[in-house]
Amino acid sequence: MSRKRRSASKAVFIGCMVFLFVPLAVLIFFSFNENKAPIFTQFSLVWYRKLFTESSSLWTAFFRSITIALAASATATVIGTLAAIGVHWHRFPLKTYVQAITYIPLVLPEIIIGMSLLAFFAGIRMPVFGHSLAIGIPMTLGWLTIFIAHATFCLPFAYMMVLARLDEFDSSIIEAARDLGATEVQTLLRVIIPVSKPGIISGFLTSLTLSLEDFTITYFVSGVSSTMPMVVYSQMYKGGVSPVINALSSIMILGTVVLAFLARRWLKYIAASS
Amino acid sequence: MSGPKRRRKRNYGTIYTLPLVVWFTLFFLVPLLIIVLFSFLAADIDGGVLPRFSIAAFTGLAKPRILKLFVNTIWVSLASTAITILMALPCAYFMARSKNKTMLLILVIIPFWTNFIIRIFAWKSILEANGVINSVLMGIGLVASPLQLEHNWAAVILINVYTYLTYAILPLFSTIEKFDFTLLEAAQDLGATKMQAITKVLLPNVRSGIVTAVFFTFIPLLGSFVVQQLIGTKDMYMLGNEINDNIYKYFDWPTAYALAVALMMLANVGLVFVMMSERKQARTLGARRVDEAAA
Repeated sequence: MSRKRRSASKAVFIGCMVFLFVPLAVLIFFSFNENKAPIFTQFSLVWYRKLFTESSSLWTAFFRSITIALAASATATVIGTLAAIGVHWHRFPLKTYVQAITYIPLVLPEIIIGMSLLAFFAGIRMPVFGHSLAIGIPMTLGWLTIFIAHATFCLPFAYMMVLARLDEFDSSIIEAARDLGATEVQTLLRVIIPVSKPGIISGFLTSLTLSLEDFTITYFVSGVSSTMPMVVYSQMYKGGVSPVINALSSIMILGTVVLAFLARRWLKYIAASS
Repeated sequence: MSGPKRRRKRNYGTIYTLPLVVWFTLFFLVPLLIIVLFSFLAADIDGGVLPRFSIAAFTGLAKPRILKLFVNTIWVSLASTAITILMALPCAYFMARSKNKTMLLILVIIPFWTNFIIRIFAWKSILEANGVINSVLMGIGLVASPLQLEHNWAAVILINVYTYLTYAILPLFSTIEKFDFTLLEAAQDLGATKMQAITKVLLPNVRSGIVTAVFFTFIPLLGSFVVQQLIGTKDMYMLGNEINDNIYKYFDWPTAYALAVALMMLANVGLVFVMMSERKQARTLGARRVDEAAA
């Protein structure tokens, strides 16, 4: 009976996988099309040639996306890890504040985070008690504001994943390290961080995933500094996307497949802590 | 020496959390408060706000056109979430019972690493007038002229489901994975049908995963605007589109931020609803357990 049930769930799973992968397959398929229209005419590598010879601005946008994703994920992971360690082992006045504030972004539509940062970076001046004060921090929208936004929305995830890992293991080893005379820094570097490594790595990978996947928040804080998704969006908005995008996306998909298999040990923690 | 007065464990909690507190207060909490502030100010002509109190942005929302946006937002988000969860549940169940969990997990995550906007572009080339589906249908002679597959509700919901399926599968998988499947067999041995075993034993036990999956799907959907803009029509616009238009088209920031306040309230209503139903369910479960103990 349960086997029968599982064959039903298997069918749904296979259906969902087809659903998830068909668009990617279509993307790759048209990257090898000679024609620009979405009608397949003849096999050709012309878009790959164009990608590698005359698409320097696209590559700039691409590397900007990757750099921002790596930097924002690293920042979120470091700050999130430290906070998780603090919250797990200590009692301090701001603990409730930390627990509450890291939870709020999860229950807010992402457009809110994007537009609130847009207002914040506008730094509009207001008279406050006779002084003209900037509301927020005036900053030109660009890679730096995208970086700040990405690190911000990744932070709660990195924090929660490390916290989930810390909740899992026996904290008496920390006491043992202290009893044996380890200083706080030694305990941190030799015991706490090695033990929370799976949480830290999955926090980093989740941040990377969210950063690469995001469009909505980037849209509000990118200004003229175009990242890969912004380039695609503006081309779509104007009505015609160059198949060069297909070629670059295909290379990216191949890259993510390779990366996924390299990181397969850690990927299961992504689900475990979500 | 005054006895073995060992140094007590120093409290480093504040130091450890200081970077997060500073970063998050500055880049999350303060901007959030600015949203509320801006919604109560007068609009500046070319975007931005003037330092003058005004509730015009809120009173301006009382229009049938805005009401329609609310209705669209709620029903599209609900429908997309329901379909997503219904698809994700059997998927996650199958994954959790599989011997190749890691492998299946990788399969689910890979599409997630391709940017949202690129995946919308892929769907567009499938659905558009001279896209994949129409080419195939016309190629085999099933239809004479291309079908209109984009610019309708179904296309918008389809892409919403596509976008959030992974978000829903992951938390469901991690809770179902921890479920003790022998309970299902026990239920069936005690005379429950397959369906009863699933609805009365499995689903209540993975409730936390379902709640998380609903959060990850329904809440971001409330603010979505890109899919309607690129695949839908103006009739399908939601609150997110109105916010976007007010910022970049009409340069009316107070209205955009008043809509954001409304959106936050909508998200919170959804949240309270989910939490209440969870508590109610927990209570009935508790009551049932007491009944069983008494029996």
